[in-house]
Amino acid sequence: MNEVRVGVFVCHCGTNIGGFLDVPGLAKYALSLSNVVFAKDNQYTCSEAGLTEIKNAIDEKKLNRVVVASCTPRTHEPLFRSTCKDAGLNPYLFQFANIRDQCSWVHMQDRDRATEKAKALIRMGVARAVLLEPLEETEVEVNPCALVIGGGITGMTCALSLANRGFEVKLIENEDRLGGTLNSLYKLYPTHEEASRLVQEKTKEVEKNPKIEVLTSSEVKEVEGFVGNYDVTVRQGEKERLFKVGVIIVATGAETLKPVGMYGYDGKTFVTQLELERMLKERRLNADTVVIIQCVGSRNEKRAYCSKVCCLTALKNAMLIKEANPNAQVFVLYRDMVTQGTKYEDYYGKARETGITFIKYSPERQPVVENKSVRIYDELLGEELSLPYDLVVLSTPMVAHNDSTDLAQKLKVPVDENGFFLEAHVKLRPVDFATDGIYVCGCAHWPANVSESISQAYGAASRASIPMSVGHVKTEPLIPVVDEDECSGCGLCELTCPFKAIQVEETEKGRKAKVIAASCKGCGACGAGCPQRAITMRHFTNEQLVAQVIALAEVTP
Amino acid sequence: MTFQENFEPVILGFLCNWCSYASADLAGVSRMQYPPNVKIIRVMCSARVDPTIVLEAFIQGLDGVMVLGCHLGTCHYMTGNYYTEKRMKTTKNVLKNVGLSPERLLVDWVSAAEGERFATLVREFTEKVRKLGPLGKETDMEIEQLKTRLTAAKEALAQERIRWLVGRERELVEDKNVFGEKVSQEEFDQLMFQTIEKDFAKRRILLSMGEDALSVREIAQTMGASPREVLRNMVSLERAGLVSVVGIEGNSPKYRRTGGS
Repeated sequence: MNEVRVGVFVCHCGTNIGGFLDVPGLAKYALSLSNVVFAKDNQYTCSEAGLTEIKNAIDEKKLNRVVVASCTPRTHEPLFRSTCKDAGLNPYLFQFANIRDQCSWVHMQDRDRATEKAKALIRMGVARAVLLEPLEETEVEVNPCALVIGGGITGMTCALSLANRGFEVKLIENEDRLGGTLNSLYKLYPTHEEASRLVQEKTKEVEKNPKIEVLTSSEVKEVEGFVGNYDVTVRQGEKERLFKVGVIIVATGAETLKPVGMYGYDGKTFVTQLELERMLKERRLNADTVVIIQCVGSRNEKRAYCSKVCCLTALKNAMLIKEANPNAQVFVLYRDMVTQGTKYEDYYGKARETGITFIKYSPERQPVVENKSVRIYDELLGEELSLPYDLVVLSTPMVAHNDSTDLAQKLKVPVDENGFFLEAHVKLRPVDFATDGIYVCGCAHWPANVSESISQAYGAASRASIPMSVGHVKTEPLIPVVDEDECSGCGLCELTCPFKAIQVEETEKGRKAKVIAASCKGCGACGAGCPQRAITMRHFTNEQLVAQVIALAEVTP
Repeated sequence: MTFQENFEPVILGFLCNWCSYASADLAGVSRMQYPPNVKIIRVMCSARVDPTIVLEAFIQGLDGVMVLGCHLGTCHYMTGNYYTEKRMKTTKNVLKNVGLSPERLLVDWVSAAEGERFATLVREFTEKVRKLGPLGKETDMEIEQLKTRLTAAKEALAQERIRWLVGRERELVEDKNVFGEKVSQEEFDQLMFQTIEKDFAKRRILLSMGEDALSVREIAQTMGASPREVLRNMVSLERAGLVSVVGIEGNSPKYRRTGGS
């Protein structure tokens, strides 16, 4: 029963393909190809009727390979694979030929040549299908324990959320106490509740939770392993501890840029928003005229991004200054007031009502700080103003921690050009990393306010709990296979793989490359570069690819 | 070689699943029209494309090959396309050695959102290959001779030394080696150039020998190379155990292949 029996299903896709190619002709052509024992055209192969035809043909015609010539594998491969599986055929014995997105839709004016191209695509698909091999997904157990890096509001929220679902959590904090950035804040917008109260409550909750172990003054030293089975070495002072965890959450936060060398910054008369918060908190603000400058060190060539939280922080602190000293004059010099979100537009309105003066400047005419006043060209008034000051507050952006790249390298996850951690997909996977089992939330990813950080913390906890709840993860069957007799143990594959999914190990036969299936993403970069050509990439073997090349080169009869 | 009128090039495209293949789908969804000469093979990452497969495509007589990946820095597999870049650069150099225009191999980057860019690349590359003409038009070689040279090139690209160098290029040129030294791009290119030339020449010798016992002069004659050059390579092939002396005729030793690759 080793005879290869291919069935080809050519889809009209209504008129999407049928209107531009000779679909019945294609089915007839497919039948002329070697190993093809059945071929048929369908109105919609993906419809219930079409899928049933595939299943019946697998059964009745004893098909052991299925080729569907229709749309794109990027949307429909899962459907046809599961159809094959339902009919008892290994899903990896299915092959797509894309004759819609990459043929009928893009050669609408040339029916003959488009049909010829579709013939070539089907020929290539069949040639590959003949050489496909059945593959099985395997499973790896997931350790139901999470490591949360960062004990700020984000990390604490995430740790609590995971612990409340019943998972063990190790919470690592750099500083000697929990709380992170909130420890330096006074009140939070838009409710003006005290940051310290929020921190105290959360800290208490975390500390009394029996599922959470807190390690302060600690840092991650080394990370090994893969989803479900990470070995993390944590350094706490002189001590080192090894944790075995299933998932890792990055909640390391960010820091505020110190505007050294900008606008006469000295930490006394010229301070950052963070330093102003401390003055307000300790009730030692002594200023009747305050000038607040927005976008200091951000939205420029060096740091193009908007830090997003500084406008509302400035509004809040301006109002708190007025609250502490109703006679104070407060000027906010801004480029664009960013106050989007529920309640924040109202919050801006409220700030205006308290008598704070808002002056718009342009990046071409930046404020100039002089001995006793700030000179500013008011864009809306069209006039240059001179504002006296007792205190100048500089709204600087949140920036990534200096050591974020370091941590990223240990975790083997990417950071963006500004050093913030980069998620797997900006819209579809906002709290995942591309590497399975590692997640990100809060300001480690991008400047965020407290409520956004908390939302993201819940998101990351929820995502991270999926593999832990299921208890196992399926591993990619599209992995490389090393021929140990050919492998020279040179380690080039190990160097090439960014996921550490292939590593050279000592074996009875000497140093040989070993594949770690759970870490492998199936790209095939290792095999295509192997000096000994000792690595075969499953499902994309040289033989399969060359068969497609040869099929393309054949002239259509 | 003589060629037909109204030449329609046959072109193969290797597209990565995440970006360039998605851009081709987007071009379709957007009904962007382009010529049907390019046929696509989907791979998960452009880094799956082994240089020997590109050579195989030319051996099979295809007129052009395009390898499209994600933009550098946005590879779904983080660093895959950096390897593609290096491997295909070397493949182009090997094509030059064969005598073909390296422009028959297009390496470029297209994001999943760039349907129009994909369509434009196909239009432009199809036109470029059309102008270059059928495979080998740029040489005065007969098709069989060209195929032998391509086969030698493919075998050279399967050799350990070239593959090892290509795989280490990023590390050697961009980072420091274990001795804290950095190789300049110029030095590296020079080394690569020499390696390709040597391995290509050796593979040509082995291919031209077939199963016969031949003298250096005879081999040089069939290859159209200088006996001195052939002799130099012969010595190194003998040292590698790929040929051995099987007898002496007059003053000249006769060599024969001794298996191995």
